[in-house]
Amino acid sequence: MSFVFAGLFTPFHYQFFNNGIIVATIAGALCGLLGVFVVLRGMSYIGHGLSHAVFGGAAASAVMNINYFVGAGVWGVASGVIIGRIARRRLIGADAAIGVVTTASFALGLALLNRYGQAKKSIEAVLFGSVLGVKTIDIVAVSAVAILSVVIVVALYRAFLFATFDPEVAQVSGVRVAWIEALLMGLLSLTILVTMRVIGTLLISALLVIPASVARMLTNSFARMLWISPIIGAVSAFTGMYLSYFLDTSASATIILTGTLMFIVVYAVTGLRGRTRISGLHHI
Amino acid sequence: MIGEVLVECAHMSCAYNSTLAIKKIDFTIRKGDFVGIVGPSGSGKTTLLKAILGSIVPVEGHVTKKPHLRMGYVPQVETVDWNFPVTVLEVVAMTRSSTGRLPRVTKDERADALLVLERLGLGGLENRHIRELSGGQQQRVFVARALFHRPELLVLDEPTSGVDVRTRHEVLHLLADLHDEGVSIILSTHDLNGLAAHLPRLVCLNSEIIADGSPVEVLTPEVLEQTFGAPMEVLIHGGMPVVVDGVGADIAERMSRFG
Repeated sequence: MSFVFAGLFTPFHYQFFNNGIIVATIAGALCGLLGVFVVLRGMSYIGHGLSHAVFGGAAASAVMNINYFVGAGVWGVASGVIIGRIARRRLIGADAAIGVVTTASFALGLALLNRYGQAKKSIEAVLFGSVLGVKTIDIVAVSAVAILSVVIVVALYRAFLFATFDPEVAQVSGVRVAWIEALLMGLLSLTILVTMRVIGTLLISALLVIPASVARMLTNSFARMLWISPIIGAVSAFTGMYLSYFLDTSASATIILTGTLMFIVVYAVTGLRGRTRISGLHHI
Repeated sequence: MIGEVLVECAHMSCAYNSTLAIKKIDFTIRKGDFVGIVGPSGSGKTTLLKAILGSIVPVEGHVTKKPHLRMGYVPQVETVDWNFPVTVLEVVAMTRSSTGRLPRVTKDERADALLVLERLGLGGLENRHIRELSGGQQQRVFVARALFHRPELLVLDEPTSGVDVRTRHEVLHLLADLHDEGVSIILSTHDLNGLAAHLPRLVCLNSEIIADGSPVEVLTPEVLEQTFGAPMEVLIHGGMPVVVDGVGADIAERMSRFG
């Protein structure tokens, strides 16, 4: 019996796993927090596109031998701000514009890695995430972005709430909506940047959407969503990462599947009430 | 006595992309005004309100506002996301977002908000989700949010659009009370008989200002045809103009066959 119990702790004997699970858990909480704004503003597609845009920056910085966080960070934040502007101004069809900008960035990254990179291995690591490459700097980076996000969301809570609920009236009432949106897109870009190595480009948008959607089914309060969603994100990331060791599956895929399972359970348990609440979310 | 000027639009034109929505209008709102803007869909009513609020910048001319003018805006209820997770109290307290530093509504703000809600007949509903309210209550929540900002000028976009007769009466009485208390009001409306005819001042707009005056001066068949592009008749009932849709005789005759 004690042998089985001891076996449950086996993964924690490996430093790479400990690093990975710490980054994944903080990333889950962080994505859960920012995911609240993503789902309530109908920005799920932007989150998806942004992760593809950051991929371009990651590839370019690898090829040009620039530090990943610097190269992909500048690229990602710039893409985030541009996407935010496009979505807000609706100059041309926002979905089409975002699709073009982000997939072009993604394709450029892919082409750069094909031509100059270490080809398949690094592409797979960026697309699907990898716990093997997680270093102390990743823990520091994800923690720093998480702390920054919490501080900003708490300090500007009301402005964020007003600008999310009713941007036009918020603007008239003195809230600098364009600034708030740029800030949000910047945080979103940084989040994708620091979590991409573990979760991967293709699955990160799910981590932004699922915890917040589950939280929305559980509560009618914006303030409560802001702490329920990070908890769900952290729990699904921790559990998914842990299970992936025993199931010998991709960590990011297991994290997303764990989150999806939570979504299905909450959807079933909350019944009509939960479905009514979630029915108003855009683009889920 | 003529009140001080709160907002002055001089030769103002506004456009979306290259299409002019309003052209070279001259328009003034003074303290104590209660103005209704009427006109067909696409006539520039909402654009005019947004230019006054400052969310649209004129492409020609300018808008001058009294320094530090406090404005409250009540948008069309159709534009509100009723599924958004907020309570009545949170909606009302939102307008202090640019000054409120604490995430939670403070004790003083809560007391102020409850006073406004009580004043609008929404006492006891502060912790309800906004979707759980009736149409009239929902409209009043947004008026409460605007009033929480203690506005000198209240701007309302189609406040009676899509509401039933009882709610329309509630809104009209509420606005009349606020006006009596010194709040200047400008609103846009499609509702000629239910709302516009009751206001002291009406502006007929169709990209340009067609007429500006009291309902008796403005609601005439000529002005209405010029504004709406359709014939209308005006009857006087109890000293107030009543607009009757001038449906052509042939259509009336065709409809009567189904009666």
